[in-house]
Amino acid sequence: MKQVISVLVENQYGVLNKITGLFSRRGFNIETLSVGETDDKSVSRITMIVDSGNSVMEQVEKQLNKMVQVIKVRRLDQGELVGKELALFKVGITSKTRGEIKDLVEIMGARIADISASTVTVEISAAPEQVDLMLDMLRPYGIKEMARTGMAALQKGSKAL
Amino acid sequence: MITGARAMVDGLLEQDVDILFGYPGATICPFYDELAIEEKKGTIKHILVRQEQNAGHMASGYARRTGKPGVCVVTSGPGATNLITGIATAYLDSIPLVAITGQVPTNQLGKDVFQEVDTTGMCAPFVKHSYLVKDAADIPRIMREAFYIASTGRPGPVLIDVPSDIQNTEFEYVDPGEVNIRGYKPSITGNDKQIRKIAREISGAERPLIIAGGGVILSGAEDLLAEFAKKNNIPVVTTMMGLGVLPTLDPLNLGMIGQFGNSPANYALNHTDTLIIVGARVADRAVMNPEGLMSHCKTIHIDIDSAEIGKNMEATVPIVGDVKIILKKLLREDIDIDADEWTREVQEKVAQSRLRPMKRRSNGTVGPKKLMLEVGKQLDDDAYVVADVGQNQIWAAKYINLNKGKFITSGGLGTMGYALPAGMGIKFADPDLQTIVVCGDGSFQMTMNELSTLAEHNLNLKILLVNNGRLGMVNELQRKNFSQGPYAVFLPHTPDFCKLADAYGIAHRMLDDESELEDAVREMLNYDGPFLLECRVGADESTMAQ
Repeated sequence: MKQVISVLVENQYGVLNKITGLFSRRGFNIETLSVGETDDKSVSRITMIVDSGNSVMEQVEKQLNKMVQVIKVRRLDQGELVGKELALFKVGITSKTRGEIKDLVEIMGARIADISASTVTVEISAAPEQVDLMLDMLRPYGIKEMARTGMAALQKGSKAL
Repeated sequence: MITGARAMVDGLLEQDVDILFGYPGATICPFYDELAIEEKKGTIKHILVRQEQNAGHMASGYARRTGKPGVCVVTSGPGATNLITGIATAYLDSIPLVAITGQVPTNQLGKDVFQEVDTTGMCAPFVKHSYLVKDAADIPRIMREAFYIASTGRPGPVLIDVPSDIQNTEFEYVDPGEVNIRGYKPSITGNDKQIRKIAREISGAERPLIIAGGGVILSGAEDLLAEFAKKNNIPVVTTMMGLGVLPTLDPLNLGMIGQFGNSPANYALNHTDTLIIVGARVADRAVMNPEGLMSHCKTIHIDIDSAEIGKNMEATVPIVGDVKIILKKLLREDIDIDADEWTREVQEKVAQSRLRPMKRRSNGTVGPKKLMLEVGKQLDDDAYVVADVGQNQIWAAKYINLNKGKFITSGGLGTMGYALPAGMGIKFADPDLQTIVVCGDGSFQMTMNELSTLAEHNLNLKILLVNNGRLGMVNELQRKNFSQGPYAVFLPHTPDFCKLADAYGIAHRMLDDESELEDAVREMLNYDGPFLLECRVGADESTMAQ
């Protein structure tokens, strides 16, 4: 089962290393990970998607909580979060496909971030499944390269970590 | 203005540290320069070990006697890599340490200069917390936090890595105030609702059993555990780390569980209907088949580390907190239980197991069980037994009867060579406490360079060296389970250990005849000063029932 773990940590060097080290040595697999400062510069938020059974997730949460530089940990169910991921796709174009790609971009609520004579770079910010769909739709046109950020997520409504 | 090095030393003085174990080198010299001032004043004593790993083990022994964090100090690079085994050993047994390492100057960090390694990085998996100091002004706060983190909650080692330029940097001292770390608030009191639930679960149990682990000792809850067991007439088994929670011959003590445990203890574990796990982490060596266990009993798991509950075995009732506080609360609850029949049954098994006769050994060797029983018979009531790792450890654990004393060993990591330096740490903490180190010829040779430190300080430490000319535990394992039999386990060119002791000026005796056993042990224990008793045991003696 895929779950999102949201972690508030001290914004200090070495913290990310300690967290990823914890995951690798205990055999927990991280699917995506995104890190950034919060409004409080001393605190960073790490958002991870982990695909594991419930008992493993409980261990992940407990082990994270044990770390001195971890301030708060929360497992979020898909239903209780707003989560978005940014992805960039560089796609080859010809005069024939340019219009089709433009249509796709519009339908998906994406945008063209960059363009050259032979490529466009498509930018999408959406839920991970939408990003997967965009990838599937663009693949036939020839993806030269792509990058995705991993999901950033917050709880829905007024609740905060 | 003070320097970083001064702040480090002041941080130690503030914690009433009066002894530390270490080995100097270039990057920690500013600290040592300040330490020298204190040594002259008589406030702090520095013990120079002969290899850095042993600074960690001595600090560990010191911590296990005093309950306070042991302090060790080494230099960067190889000093730190050598210390690693000491830190990891402490981590696996939840022993509070503060380890201070020198580091190359800040502007050279990451450039692979002389004696540089990523100390905080390489230690991350087995420290409770670590600091790489980048600003000297942080040192007073970090020193205070390090001792706090090491000694509260589930104890463990904390590492402080200090670049040499930071040690030399001057800054204006500001009192950092009380420790307040937002990400570290150990939960110790135990949820009252869970306490009542435990009382309900135990009530009506027909075959209750307590597993006491090292957490009981770390919490100082031995007496409370005994009181709880006696009040409800519940038998107790221990893990290796929990040995000494009850006297060996206490009627409720069934002995040690696990792969190498006593059979009555394992019988009880396999037949209980309500298992109360107290300060034990259900590790593989103690509980070999947690799933099987869960199928026939309810489990109540008391531990200060929530991550240990449910890690290896699901608990029917989990409770997180300090064993001492939880047992105190539990003693106030009404528990309606009548397990007398079960308790009598398992006590009978213990009585039977003690009647098994011992075979006399042929000339030239001593039976290990007989040896350990004799040692136990002659030890002081409160003596500490420090066992190494291997067959010697199992024999000592199973056959040296403890009364109010403790059994000290590297239970988690299984570090050979732990016993001698750890035993010395105990003696530095409490010179008058009778302490005996039990080791094999393999483990002894891993850290016997500390005989020099032992002689230097003339510690009244006893060393029982069980010599079978091989790595006995691996030998036994290979004989039982591997097609090629014993291989790469023979130690034919060991020195004459008595002559070696002599070379260090340490008294010694060779024991290879059972008829001299009583006298030899008496001579060792009565001798005023360090003493090595070398005992010849048969090559193929087993750790199993004998």
